[in-house]
Amino acid sequence: MYQIVKRIELRPTLTLLEVDAPLIAKKAQPGQFIILRVDENGERIPLTIHDFDREKGTVTIIFQVVGATTQRLNHLRQGECLHDFVGPLGKPTETEGLKKVAVVGGGVGCAIAYPVTRKLHEEGAEVHAIIGFRSQDLVILEDEFRAASSLLRVCTDDGSYGEKGLVTEVLKALLDAGNQYDQVIAIGPMAMMKFVSKTTEPYGVKTIVSMSPIMIDGTGMCGGCRISVGGETKFACVDGPDFDGHQVDWDLAVKRNQMYQAFERHQYEETCNLLKREAE
Amino acid sequence: MANMSLKKNPMPSQAPDVRNRNFDEVALGYTAEMAMDEAQRCLNCKNPKCVDGCPVNVQIPQFVSKVAEGKFDEAFGIIASTNGLPAICGRVCPQESQCEGQCIRGLKGEPVGIGRLERFVADYHNADGHADGATAPPEQNGHKVAVVGSGPAGLTCAGDLARKGYDVTVFEALHEVGGVLVYGIPEFRLPKAIVAKEVARLKHFGVKIMTDTVVGRTITVDELMDDMGFEAVFIGSGAGLPMFMDIPGVNYKGVFSANEFLTRINLMKAYLPDAQTPIIHPKKVAVVGGGNVAMDAARCAKRLGAEVYIVYRRGEEELPARREEVEHAKEEGIIFKLLNNPVEILADENDDVNRIRCICMELGEPDASGRRRPIEVPGSEFELDVDCVIMALGTSPNPLIKSTTEGLQINKKGCIIVNEDGLTSREHVYAGGDAVTGAATVILAMGAGKTAAAAIDRELSAR
Repeated sequence: MYQIVKRIELRPTLTLLEVDAPLIAKKAQPGQFIILRVDENGERIPLTIHDFDREKGTVTIIFQVVGATTQRLNHLRQGECLHDFVGPLGKPTETEGLKKVAVVGGGVGCAIAYPVTRKLHEEGAEVHAIIGFRSQDLVILEDEFRAASSLLRVCTDDGSYGEKGLVTEVLKALLDAGNQYDQVIAIGPMAMMKFVSKTTEPYGVKTIVSMSPIMIDGTGMCGGCRISVGGETKFACVDGPDFDGHQVDWDLAVKRNQMYQAFERHQYEETCNLLKREAE
Repeated sequence: MANMSLKKNPMPSQAPDVRNRNFDEVALGYTAEMAMDEAQRCLNCKNPKCVDGCPVNVQIPQFVSKVAEGKFDEAFGIIASTNGLPAICGRVCPQESQCEGQCIRGLKGEPVGIGRLERFVADYHNADGHADGATAPPEQNGHKVAVVGSGPAGLTCAGDLARKGYDVTVFEALHEVGGVLVYGIPEFRLPKAIVAKEVARLKHFGVKIMTDTVVGRTITVDELMDDMGFEAVFIGSGAGLPMFMDIPGVNYKGVFSANEFLTRINLMKAYLPDAQTPIIHPKKVAVVGGGNVAMDAARCAKRLGAEVYIVYRRGEEELPARREEVEHAKEEGIIFKLLNNPVEILADENDDVNRIRCICMELGEPDASGRRRPIEVPGSEFELDVDCVIMALGTSPNPLIKSTTEGLQINKKGCIIVNEDGLTSREHVYAGGDAVTGAATVILAMGAGKTAAAAIDRELSAR
């Protein structure tokens, strides 16, 4: 059992959990993920690591309530335990030798884009951070990104905060302004990562994306997380989760992630009702 | 006087058209009367070939003669002295190519039902609540051994060492203990309660188990020895990496590895109505492959309500699955498309699988494996309407441990290289089971776990 030592509701559907997991905290690197189960009959879900404290022995995740399992997860309080918490899985994001990088974060993806940003910053790279959200009430980690970058651009889809527009538009403007990035790192919803990749392609800037497909074990055993990269089948859990965004077959990846949509929606509604009844 | 019936006592089973709609165990087990009657078919050979056929050398004639006398506890004691997981072996061993394959009674008629008797004895022992508490845990000898993986190899190695007084910790990557016994082999062939019982027995002997620990990620083999004080490590991490065919359409929605399909069903219990893990409920399924895993996947799909084809590129004779599994699958209505091989998987506009294109094969000269090589028959392509394809083509060892353990030698196939004691190219590091052989059987893995346990005991007790 893995105890939740801190729980913060960042936004109505966005929660931070700091979990006691010393072995994982000792090893974790930006870009890696964990797999958790909320309870004994729980589904295994992968979540990318937001932060880790090697001395305290804790690992922090930030998640958005999108389905039944994240809903159950959101129901746990500080001091309660997760049934399972395993990792760190996947390969760390490679930052070696990068001098100038644009990090593009979208929504809850900013939670994972942040540790990479900080690492690059600590290693002396010049980092431009572009973070995008649907609206003002979903903006997270702005101060943290500001502290870890030489340039921060915040945008919202509806213009309720920062610049109105998409991260891809800001990125394009920065590229057009003559910024020569060694690499662009994009972390967020699949559609956003796809369009960041499409944006950078004509400029020939290498673009790394963090894939989060459906998976079970996270160690290479099930093959459910396979994606097509440059015509080759890769397992996101062990070969990734970072891949070259210009090589990913996006249409296939998007469709594969919709495999259980009907079931997921049903489970979500069931869980909503269940939790409501319990509360009454 | 021996029972000279040419046939085994038939195994009471659920009727095929009933069991193919539930996940309860298919074979129900012998009664005491049936077991005693079957045991009397044994001729008690002076030079028992059956024992040579057993990878863990169960003293077969001795235990069978105790069964014939109705002394089931004594029979259990004889089996348990060399086999730590008898209730499992009685169910999943390929007896026809091991003990029973060597049985003299098999020359004319059917061999003695050794597997069924082993199962009976183990179940009798378990059901009778013969508390393992009766046997006191052994005195600890102070030596610490780490076992990586809790499948048959790891559990056997851990059990043998714990009984000798070693302080054993098993590290398991998944949230449950048992490896392929819990994620791979379905409930209807090996009830999980039986695995849990065997694991409880190990815990009684002092074995500690750490789940959710991925050796190679959470901790490395070197850290186990350098930081945690383990004097020896046994790697029984299995062959978990699934293979996919290199044909167009292999990543469409509805194409699964047998590992994924079975893991969802067996480990995550996705077939239960209140499960939180999703599984698709296909209408028509093609399972590609002819081994035990293919049979398991096919029979699971059938139980989810699908019409199921086994597509296998060789013939009936070459099916690598246990004979009994093939028969059970046929009885349950699985359709065998033998000498057929997929060439392409097709899908609709949403990338959902809707057909599989196959080609007919014929058998040519024997290949390196000794089996006749399948050759495509030109122009014989045809299509099957299916909405799900399950690839059961075999698995290879997971590279996580190799890639994080310096100096650990592996062969071309990614299998760990060991000597006859199970010792790897690294001092104090042993390995066995599918991690060494590539995908094989439960009993061979157990044999390897046993061999390594004995070698570890020799090494550490000499200190």
